[in-house]
Amino acid sequence: MSDAKKFLYVNRKAPYGTIYALESLEVVLIAAAFEQDVSLAFLDDGVFQLTRDQSTDAIGVKNFSPTFRALGDYEVTKLFVEKESLDERGLDPSDLQEIVWEDEEEDWEEKPSIRIVSRAEMADIMADQDVVLSF
Amino acid sequence: MAYQVNGSTIEADEEGYIVNLDDWSKELAAEIAKAESVEMTENHWKVIDFLRKYYDEFQLAPAVRVLVKNAKKKLGAEIGNSKTLEEMFPKGAAKQGCKIAGLPKPTGCV
Repeated sequence: MSDAKKFLYVNRKAPYGTIYALESLEVVLIAAAFEQDVSLAFLDDGVFQLTRDQSTDAIGVKNFSPTFRALGDYEVTKLFVEKESLDERGLDPSDLQEIVWEDEEEDWEEKPSIRIVSRAEMADIMADQDVVLSF
Repeated sequence: MAYQVNGSTIEADEEGYIVNLDDWSKELAAEIAKAESVEMTENHWKVIDFLRKYYDEFQLAPAVRVLVKNAKKKLGAEIGNSKTLEEMFPKGAAKQGCKIAGLPKPTGCV
């Protein structure tokens, strides 16, 4: 893993209404096979992608929010969520679904994947990447 | 293309993945397996059942390495290893397994 690059996928749009959110998730799932150091960032309306209890029945598209919970299987274990974006939308971390990954090194202990970070921390996270892809 | 089961026609895409996921039944799975020249054993059904549960939970047809990893955990190492799974599903454990399980082609599969 020493030559793995740090990839950050930045999600800024609401989950439905455009194809960006789903496409981003699909790219992440495909790219996960290349064993890079992958993180996801959620800011602006992108934070809505992780809200719990989504229902798409009325709009006739697939509710893909459960797929975020499979990311741990793909070794994607860092989902950074910007606190200010949550606050500006009247959302609280408890409005987000629980996403965990199993740590193979520690007897498959379940650990949370979502990390709430400030705008300043998010800037540092972005600055630290080799590749940033924005959706 | 399409499959015939109990007198009804089940629509599938050009690669044989069914179009409407609700059309799936064990009879249909047997029919798809026949078309794929896969002889279904008890272990095959365990994998199919696992894949359907995975899709139900995550809305995702898993990539092969995720299938192997989870099958090892859920079904045991005897089935859950890539050699056995590839022998059971010669055209790709995830690709062919998902087809028989009535799921979409795994994301990222070509």
